[in-house]
Amino acid sequence: MNINDLITQPTAWLPRSADDGGIVVSSRIRLARNLKDTAFPGWAGETESTRIWDNLQTILREAKALKHPFAVDMGDCSTLDRHILFERHLISRELAERKAGSGLLLRRDESLSVMVNEEDHVRMQALRPGLDLNGAWLEATTLDNELEQAVDFAFSPQLGYLTACPSNVGTGLRASVMLHVPGLVMVKEMNAVVKGMAKIGLAVRGLWGEGSEASGHLFQLSNQMTLGEAEEEIIANLEQIVLEIVEHEQNARWRLFEQNEAYLQDRIWRACGILEHARILNSKEALDLLSDLRLGINMGIVKQWPHRIVNDLLVQTQPGHLQKRQGRRLKPAERDVARATQVREQLTTMDGEAGQHDE
Amino acid sequence: MKCELCQEQEATIHLTQVVDGAVKKVHLCEACASQSGFDVHGPMSITDILLGLGHQDPPATAKPAAIKARDRSCPRCHLRRADFKKSGRLGCPDCYAAFADELEPLLRAMHRGDQHRGKVPAREQERVRTTRAVDSLQAQLEEAVRAERYEEAAQLRDAIQAARGADQEDTDAT
Ligand SMILES: [Zn+2]
Ligand SMILES: [Zn+2]
Repeated sequence: MNINDLITQPTAWLPRSADDGGIVVSSRIRLARNLKDTAFPGWAGETESTRIWDNLQTILREAKALKHPFAVDMGDCSTLDRHILFERHLISRELAERKAGSGLLLRRDESLSVMVNEEDHVRMQALRPGLDLNGAWLEATTLDNELEQAVDFAFSPQLGYLTACPSNVGTGLRASVMLHVPGLVMVKEMNAVVKGMAKIGLAVRGLWGEGSEASGHLFQLSNQMTLGEAEEEIIANLEQIVLEIVEHEQNARWRLFEQNEAYLQDRIWRACGILEHARILNSKEALDLLSDLRLGINMGIVKQWPHRIVNDLLVQTQPGHLQKRQGRRLKPAERDVARATQVREQLTTMDGEAGQHDE
Repeated sequence: MKCELCQEQEATIHLTQVVDGAVKKVHLCEACASQSGFDVHGPMSITDILLGLGHQDPPATAKPAAIKARDRSCPRCHLRRADFKKSGRLGCPDCYAAFADELEPLLRAMHRGDQHRGKVPAREQERVRTTRAVDSLQAQLEEAVRAERYEEAAQLRDAIQAARGADQEDTDAT
C-alpha cells in the first residue's frame, strides 16, 4: 500500500450517508501520550528522536488495533504526499513540517492512526463518520491499552498524562466533531454560537478559513480543558452541546425554507449550475458551492446525486489530491482548471446514482 | 510613576501577571524590565496569551534567591524557565515537578480542576491508590491535630509513613 492507494479510497471521516441531515460530518478522538523519563519531541535532539521513532515504530507495526498498519517516515516523504496526508486529516501541519525521526502509522482504512514525535511522542487519532465520539474513544483507548503494555507512559497521580504543552495535560484527550452548519450561518446565528462555545470552554474554528466566515460552512468543535474531568465526562459534555447545535441548525434550515423558499432553492440550484458547468474554480468558491450543494442534497431538494458525492469532492478538490491525480505539480491557475474538471466529471459520472450506493 | 525595582527611572512597562493565582500589576522601567528577564519587545507565545501570564516574575523578589529560582532549569532535561516562556512547551515529563510553582496557576487558569480524574495506566494504578490514600490520611491528620486528638494524630502519622514506605520509589513527579 502507498499514498496512491489512499487517494482512491473514501476518507475515514466522511460519512457514506446522512441520517441527521449531514450536520455532524465526523467525530474525532485524539490522545496524547509521552514516554517516561524521555525528553519531549520539541526538546529532544535528532539522535534521540530517531531512536524513539524506531522504537515506537517497531511496537506500533505489531499493534493489533492497527491491523498491519501502513507506515510513513517523514524522513522520506515527499512534499506532495505530506499534502495528501494533511488534506485527509491524517497528519497535522506540525508533523507535515517535520523531518527524519518522526512519522505516521495508519490503519489501512484510515480510521485509526498514530503520529510519532509530533508535539508529543505519541498522538493517537480515531476518526468516525457522523456523531460517534464514543466509538472513536473506544478505538483510541483500546490502542492505548495495548501500547501501555509495551512502553511506560509519563504519568503523575495528580496531573495525569504529562504532555509537552500544559494545555493537554491530564487526559491528553481532544474530542472534536466537524459540523456542517450552513443554516446557522445564513440566518446569522453562528457568531452567537461561536461566542457561547468559548464561554463554556469549547473551541470552535472554521475547518477552512477563520471565525464564523469559514469557507464551506464547516466548523470544528472541541474541548479545550483536559485536566479535572474524566474522558467520559468530557465526551458526554461535548456530545450534549453537539446535539443542541444540530437542533438549532435543523430549525434554521426549516425557517429558511418556510420563510424564504425561493431564495434557498435559487441558491442551491445556482450552486449546482456552476459546479456542473464551470471551467475554472478556485478553492474558496468550490468549498462554498459544494456546501450549498451538500445542503440541497441533505434537505432533499437536490435528488440526482448521492450524499457521499460532496464529501468525496471536498477532499478530491484539495490541491494535493488534484496534483496527485494529475501526477505533477500544478500552478494555482492550473489547479483551478483541474478542480473544475474534477467536479464536472464526478458530477456527470455519479448523476442518477442517488439511492443506489447510499445506505 | 517610578520603577518598582530601581525607584529612580520612570516606569514605562506595566505588566499584568498571575502570581500564585492572584493577579498583580507590576511597573518597571525598561532597563530593569529587560534585566529581570522580561522579554519586553519579543512576541508573547500563544500559551502566554492564553493564560494571561505574559511575564511571570514578581520583580519584588529580585533578590539572590529569587534570581536563582528564576534561572532554575529542569534537572533532567536542562530546559530553563526562559525556554518554557519562549515556546510554551516543556522539555520533559520531569519539568512538571521542576516548574511546579509557576505551572500551578497556569494549569488552574486553563483547566476544569487541578486533579486528574481520568484514565490511569494499568501499571500506575497502585501508585495512584497510594497517593490518594496518603492525601486522605493527611487531611484526617490535620483535622485530628486541630481538634487536639493527639493519640489519633499519632496513629494517622504512622499510617501515612507506612503507606509511603510501601511506595518508596515513586516519590518523583508530583
Ligand atoms: Zn528601574
Ligand atoms: Zn525537563
